[in-house]
Amino acid sequence: MEKEKRVLTGEHFIQGDIACAEGAISVGCNFFAGYPITPASEIAERMSERQPCLGGTFIQMEDEIASITAVLGASWAGAKAMTATSGPGIALMLENIGLGIMMESPCVIVNVQRGSPSTGLPTLWGQADMMQARWGTHGDYRIIALCPNSPQELYDLTIKGFNLSEKYRVPVFIMTDAVVGHMTEKVIIPKEEDIEIYPRRYTTLSPKEYLPYKPEADLVPQIIKAGDGYRIHTTGLTHDERGYPVMSAECQKKLVSRLIDKILNNLDDIIIVEEKDMDDAEVVVISYGITSRVVIPTIQKARENGIKVGSFRLITAWPFPGEKIRELSERVKGFVVPEINCGQMVREVERHSKCSDKVELVPHTGGDIHDPDTIYEAIMKVAKS
Amino acid sequence: MRKEIRVSGFGGQGVILSGYIIGKAASIYDGKNASFTQSYGPEARGGACAAQVVISDSNVDFPLVRDSEVLISLSQVAYNKFRTLVKPNGVVLTDEDLVKPENEENDIKTYAIPATRIAEELGNKIVGNIVMLGYMTKVTGIVSKEAMMKSIGDSVPERFKELNIEAFEKGYQYPG
Amino acid sequence: MVENHPMEPFLRTDRIPHIWCPGCGIGTTVNAFANAIKKCGISLDKVCIVSGIGCTGRVAGYLNLDSFHTTHGRAVPFATGLKLANPELHVFVFSGDGDLFAIGGNHFIHAARRNIDIKVICVNNFIYGMTGGQLAPTTPLTAKTSTSPYGNKEQPFNLPYLAESSGAKFVARWTTYHVMQLTNAIIKALNKPGFCFIESVSPCPTVYARKNRLGTGLEIMKFFKENTRREKGVSTRDIGIDFQKEFIVGNFVDI
Repeated sequence: MEKEKRVLTGEHFIQGDIACAEGAISVGCNFFAGYPITPASEIAERMSERQPCLGGTFIQMEDEIASITAVLGASWAGAKAMTATSGPGIALMLENIGLGIMMESPCVIVNVQRGSPSTGLPTLWGQADMMQARWGTHGDYRIIALCPNSPQELYDLTIKGFNLSEKYRVPVFIMTDAVVGHMTEKVIIPKEEDIEIYPRRYTTLSPKEYLPYKPEADLVPQIIKAGDGYRIHTTGLTHDERGYPVMSAECQKKLVSRLIDKILNNLDDIIIVEEKDMDDAEVVVISYGITSRVVIPTIQKARENGIKVGSFRLITAWPFPGEKIRELSERVKGFVVPEINCGQMVREVERHSKCSDKVELVPHTGGDIHDPDTIYEAIMKVAKS
Repeated sequence: MRKEIRVSGFGGQGVILSGYIIGKAASIYDGKNASFTQSYGPEARGGACAAQVVISDSNVDFPLVRDSEVLISLSQVAYNKFRTLVKPNGVVLTDEDLVKPENEENDIKTYAIPATRIAEELGNKIVGNIVMLGYMTKVTGIVSKEAMMKSIGDSVPERFKELNIEAFEKGYQYPG
Repeated sequence: MVENHPMEPFLRTDRIPHIWCPGCGIGTTVNAFANAIKKCGISLDKVCIVSGIGCTGRVAGYLNLDSFHTTHGRAVPFATGLKLANPELHVFVFSGDGDLFAIGGNHFIHAARRNIDIKVICVNNFIYGMTGGQLAPTTPLTAKTSTSPYGNKEQPFNLPYLAESSGAKFVARWTTYHVMQLTNAIIKALNKPGFCFIESVSPCPTVYARKNRLGTGLEIMKFFKENTRREKGVSTRDIGIDFQKEFIVGNFVDI
């Protein structure tokens, strides 16, 4: 490895966690703060090796609370900043993820999900933090969460995550899992000039004209970095366009609505799904992350047995493609939702489906991935209903 | 074509590296798709550890190995733990000084090589796993010899490269 | 007649009046800070202020600098990120004793251990003011608070000792009576690379004084004047603060 080279263009056989770190570096991440935790530590280790050679910063903080907070500080100093952890670490970070949402600080948070709750299964697999990502920090907000299913996608979606974070000024979750994070596969890193980088939305206004929280047409305000002479104030308190705290229902409504609408008004830009065999599908399997790979052979088997089944994969889990599910529910027999938890994203499917009784959850408590037969049986059940 | 290989032994025998080398050889140098996973335990040394590699001409969808076509066992404990997870007509490769195989059923063929002893004769028992990889390459033909040699060259420290290539050749030449 | 307050360039005048009570020492500490910055002549554009939550946490909101009002206890790691990502910035943490040393205590000792080049100013008024006067990790033994109505039974932190033991390169304690010395200590910290800590012992007339019948802000200032002394070569180990007893002030560590 050429440690001084930012983009390691070429074909690599690398672990998902490493691919994630390389994706971040490729898109310009120059600050990483983290705390050791299985199964995400390899991301920090890679960053500790790479960042010093690239002029960036790696710091191992005293805990996950400090890690996310340092990431926010670095973001306001102009850095592209990231942290990586798993469920227990996210639990500690949540308060300051809220601060990141409120201050509208671009940053990326990687959750390599493991078996849970609590310490759970540190080295084994889970997908049970999906609702934590969506609702974990207190209050009303919208978040972006992407779900890679391979080391290649961990590379690609970490880049995408940074770009979305810059564009919408919101922390972005990369919701991977211990299988993908620890799996080693071929990862193709493109040429540096072929990597899309969404630049930070620095203001073009003078300090006199600039208001830190005055939104542009897409509801996202322009940003500054500390030290540029704008002398802004930013706070976790409800604030007006100047960034000043205002304790009123009116200001609360304006701010919270904007934080939500800047995501909801741009769903087409944010939501990515992958559809396979959907044209004639009567049964649709909705999956994400590693589970989406377990689904493929079961769909093939069902097709071979004459069942018209398709795959609808959530690459973006949050915001959820509810409208699309609503449309599908009008023409298909039903949905099968396998996930390595006891029913999280399935709630969204039920909520948006016209007939929630046509939604079949295939739960799995974690520690392993689904036995494909359990998914197959659910497909057959819905097909025969 | 989908082939699954499990490498097993105790921690410190180079089991994980072996899996990585096979996966990289298939994926980067043979132009196939490969997915390499490892079983983690809390212990850093000892225990029965395993590395799994799935090799396929098309995408590797289901990423894990349940029953494998090929099992490499470098320790008795690992052999006992994983021998039942071999597919009918599969292949088991053992270090003959470290594993006492049982009579296999389901037409499973067992091949034995004194990999660690050969490595010791070469001057360093640490390359026992590489001797085994040479043997596996010859016996199974799943990965090409050239790809394996390149992958080994990438994966070991420069100063041990020659020793590793020699170890691989010894294993490859061993009568199967 | 003076048209503008001399400290006006430092303040967000559109946010005045502030929330602090009459007789509170936070404003005095802010004034000492502004004076120190002024005397150093550094560009205000390069000074960042980071606060946590609480009465002192509001400092960030009133200073006309790049100012970050973060969450409870987390000013130090936020400041760490700011400073590491742009070492040109002069990064100050301005927060209270509860914020910095209870909920934020772990961050404080680790930033000192790492010798992060940030300057931490702690306004220590021995109590949680904003939330109504609860026990702080600095509340002296026997002092009353709304969660220690029978008197505090817990040993408080000796903040300069904690800072020195954790690795701080400059450590001082003054009171809001010692405005000049406090200002000079901030100047020294500003000119010293590395982690610096300044404790500003301050009256809290509304909560701490009322619960302990200590009188008005002015009376507490008088107490500070009459019951503090400097002691050459004193070890920070020996400068803990007992309830309404004489205590030591000074610049204790200057490495």
